[in-house]
Amino acid sequence: MAVTVSIPTILRTHTGGKKSVEAAGTTLAQVIDDLEANHGGLKARLVKEGSLHRFVNVYVNDEDVRFAGGLEASVKDGDTVTILPAVAGG
Amino acid sequence: MLVIRRDLVDAMVAHARRDHPDEACGIIAGPEGSDRPERFIAMDNAERSPTFYRFDSAEQLKVWREMDRNDEVPVVVYHSHTATEAYPSRTDVSYASEPDAHYVLVSTKDPEQHELRSYRIVAGVVTEEPVEVVESYMFAHTGSDDTPDCR
Repeated sequence: MAVTVSIPTILRTHTGGKKSVEAAGTTLAQVIDDLEANHGGLKARLVKEGSLHRFVNVYVNDEDVRFAGGLEASVKDGDTVTILPAVAGG
Repeated sequence: MLVIRRDLVDAMVAHARRDHPDEACGIIAGPEGSDRPERFIAMDNAERSPTFYRFDSAEQLKVWREMDRNDEVPVVVYHSHTATEAYPSRTDVSYASEPDAHYVLVSTKDPEQHELRSYRIVAGVVTEEPVEVVESYMFAHTGSDDTPDCR
């Protein structure tokens, strides 16, 4: 089960500069674990205390996973996972 | 230093005034590597709050994909402060994730006179920079390529 993961500029230090990488899994959590296995350090930038970090937005295809089960969001072969830095502040 | 066209400054200030007392936010996209803000994009503040802003995530995905297709980057990321000065808050610093962006703050605290300032925010360190407002980029030094804009 391969999905394409689009990596934002700020996290490309973990992917050797690559804009997108392949990963496997049937849930977002599995995809992130697979990313971590090949690109160490990514998981800590995405997950904090068992849920998605507030500093990132993660989309499966066009859907923000915050509204689709978070880390348990399901992914299937051929899906695109897009990671963007959340733009926010006070 | 941020070199920016006057019409883009006016657009940010107008957006900030329009959404006052809520915070307004958006970006100005420009060609990758140019350091030249060109395309003004007002974003929805999903929080609709006088003390916090967050880009609407669906709108952000759409705009980021557009920039990707156009080989653009967010040269300016702006938002307003409606009751405090135009200086990044602790929250602003914790979220800042674009080391190459100019973070522009517009304060609408004073109903007559706005305050507009620009910063680099890299690894939690805030550095204010001068803002040069120009009528056109044709005669301005606009960063690494310094190519006159001759369209």
